Amino acid sequence: MILPMVAEGLRFSAGGVEIIRGIDLELRAGGPTLVVGPNGAGKSVLLRLLHGLLAPGAGVVRWAAGDAARRQAMVFQRPVMLRRSVLANAEYPLKLAGIDPARAMAALERVGLAALAGRPARKLSGGEQQRLALARAWAMGPEVLFLDEPTASLDPAATRQVEAIIAAIAAQGTKVVMTSHDLGQARRLAEEVVLVIAGRVNAISPAPDFFERPPTGEAAAFLRGDLLW
Amino acid sequence: MQDIGSAFALAFGLILSGDDGLARIVGLSLRVSLTAVGIAALVGLPLGALLAVARFPGRQALVVALNALMGLPPVVAGLVIYIALSRSGPFGSLGLLFTPTAMVIAQAVLIAPILAALSRQVLEAMWDEYAEQLRSFGAGSWRAVPTLLWDGRFLLTTVLLAGFGRASAEVGAVMVVGGNIEGFTRVMTTAIALETSKGDLPLALALGVVLMAIVLGVNALAQGLRDLAARRGA
Amino acid sequence: MFRRLFLGLGLAMATALPLAAQTQSITVSSTTSTEQSGLFGHILPIFTQSTDIAVRVVALGTGQALDVGRRGDADVVFVHDKDAEERFVAEGFGGPRRAVMFNDFVIVGPAGDPARVNGLRDSVEALRRIAAARAPFISRGDRSGTHAAELRLWQQAGIDVATGRGAWYREVGQGMGPALNTAAAQNAYILADRGTWLAFRNRQELRIVTEGDERLFNQYGVMLVNPQRHAHVKAEAGQRFIDWLVSPAGQEAIAGYKINGEQLFFPNANRPGA
Repeated sequence: MILPMVAEGLRFSAGGVEIIRGIDLELRAGGPTLVVGPNGAGKSVLLRLLHGLLAPGAGVVRWAAGDAARRQAMVFQRPVMLRRSVLANAEYPLKLAGIDPARAMAALERVGLAALAGRPARKLSGGEQQRLALARAWAMGPEVLFLDEPTASLDPAATRQVEAIIAAIAAQGTKVVMTSHDLGQARRLAEEVVLVIAGRVNAISPAPDFFERPPTGEAAAFLRGDLLW
Repeated sequence: MQDIGSAFALAFGLILSGDDGLARIVGLSLRVSLTAVGIAALVGLPLGALLAVARFPGRQALVVALNALMGLPPVVAGLVIYIALSRSGPFGSLGLLFTPTAMVIAQAVLIAPILAALSRQVLEAMWDEYAEQLRSFGAGSWRAVPTLLWDGRFLLTTVLLAGFGRASAEVGAVMVVGGNIEGFTRVMTTAIALETSKGDLPLALALGVVLMAIVLGVNALAQGLRDLAARRGA
Repeated sequence: MFRRLFLGLGLAMATALPLAAQTQSITVSSTTSTEQSGLFGHILPIFTQSTDIAVRVVALGTGQALDVGRRGDADVVFVHDKDAEERFVAEGFGGPRRAVMFNDFVIVGPAGDPARVNGLRDSVEALRRIAAARAPFISRGDRSGTHAAELRLWQQAGIDVATGRGAWYREVGQGMGPALNTAAAQNAYILADRGTWLAFRNRQELRIVTEGDERLFNQYGVMLVNPQRHAHVKAEAGQRFIDWLVSPAGQEAIAGYKINGEQLFFPNANRPGA
């Protein structure tokens, strides 16, 4: 297991603006962790720091095992589809990692895209592309899966399908860490909620507690729908 | 105006007559330029892709150098290769001067920088889109090169055609290193230059029309295949 | 789909690599006048048919053609500048020189004839008049045999075109054909070899104004590049070509080349001193 993961003193600036202003965070095995907060709070940057796509200006991210990079995956808000078939997209990271590409087809079946395996991936609808991105990550069998606003650009029907897939991935034992600005989504999926405001972690608590007894004043205001910044 | 009209008529007549000499010249033009494009692509496309993805010291200088080499006068390239391949030059023992192989080398040298520079531009835009996703997959720069080349294959067809266009239109380099030997190293452009020298302007122009038709045909063929492949979504 | 396209391209290239059938061949560096007048197109097939040796001609100015021989990039040099040829032999680059044939130069000029040289037989006098009239004159300016001949005539006319020339004297630095194209476009006088002139199509206002002067005779010579200097020279095949050119069969082939019934080159391999 690469979990638990401990992040200490994370700071990150871009273009002279400090986006992450000192974050300590621990991720343990279990159900989905939802990172919520207003737009511009630094949720997406935080996810990229944890996944290793961005190098922090200060602080460290420590995983419990050495080869953590290979045992985690990430799905972006607008997934990048390679200019290839649906199946070839799902196979690409498997081949890269030296894993049997036959797992790609099984993953496509689980997200309901097996019938479209031969289609060009870029001709899929937004919802289908997001499901393909999830299948592509899922096929890798990651221990941790980062999802950056996976339903932000989807309609409700596609959102429902994507959430069902996320729940299934979590149910199989993959730790899901996901940003969202949709509180309803957080209620539906989260086991743990992390509230990020202005580049800092404002609150961390189990999901039921967070919604029923907001641990901070800002959490209560965020839940009420007040503008926090 | 009359000259141009008669040139088209003459070109048409030349093509219809199935003239042996013309067929040989056309065949050699195609073989030399296509081979040169193939060889230049083997070097130029990976180099362009690497420049698109990798950041290393000297990269910017290399990009500037490639852009400058795009403007390399063919006759200069021809002269350098002439001196290199001459019996008195460093590669003289190969006996390649005044052969089609020398012409292939000259054209490949001319267009490799073009293919590299253009493919860098095309693939850099694609890399902007792909970079984060590929790094998340654990693909480093080296692994990204073949991925970009494959995914950029439709865009790169246009790059290859640009290279082919330059190669087949080029006269200075192949004249110098090929020698315009009848039946052996004479290609469309050197034949046109020769007929111009002989003052047979209508024939020269007719050959020009034939050359344009060939280039047009190759472009149409490539475009058609590309569209077909794109429709099938390969 | 695309894979197949690449495969097809690769196949096309693979078949392109053996670019020529390997019969025996020699490379001859020669002049634009012999190539562009069509002489080689007439005599080479006859030679190749009887010997099975293919002749590849690289047509350049005489100076360049001799340079190609000096560098060892040709087996045989076939040019028309006796002084330069004798220097080439004396320096050990090839030889011995064999005289083959001659043709003649003509002075070509615009129909309007501003220098009043039309019909004049004396070529040196013709050049004096052109210079005096400051009528436009196109010079090859490319170290070719024709250029060398032109400079000799100017010298005999006592006119120093190297330093004392005016805007009327224009060097183009190109072969006979392009120089004729320039003369036609500018209505200028020019010294041309008769063969190229007869085969030249873009004459416009140009016509022959001076011809028949013995000083306008243009001697061609041929030499084997020295195989001791360049070991790869195909001495045997090259020598056969030279021997054929000066043989009765070769001389007859040269005499047989005509444009509009007019003979262009006159074989004189056996004339002493040629």
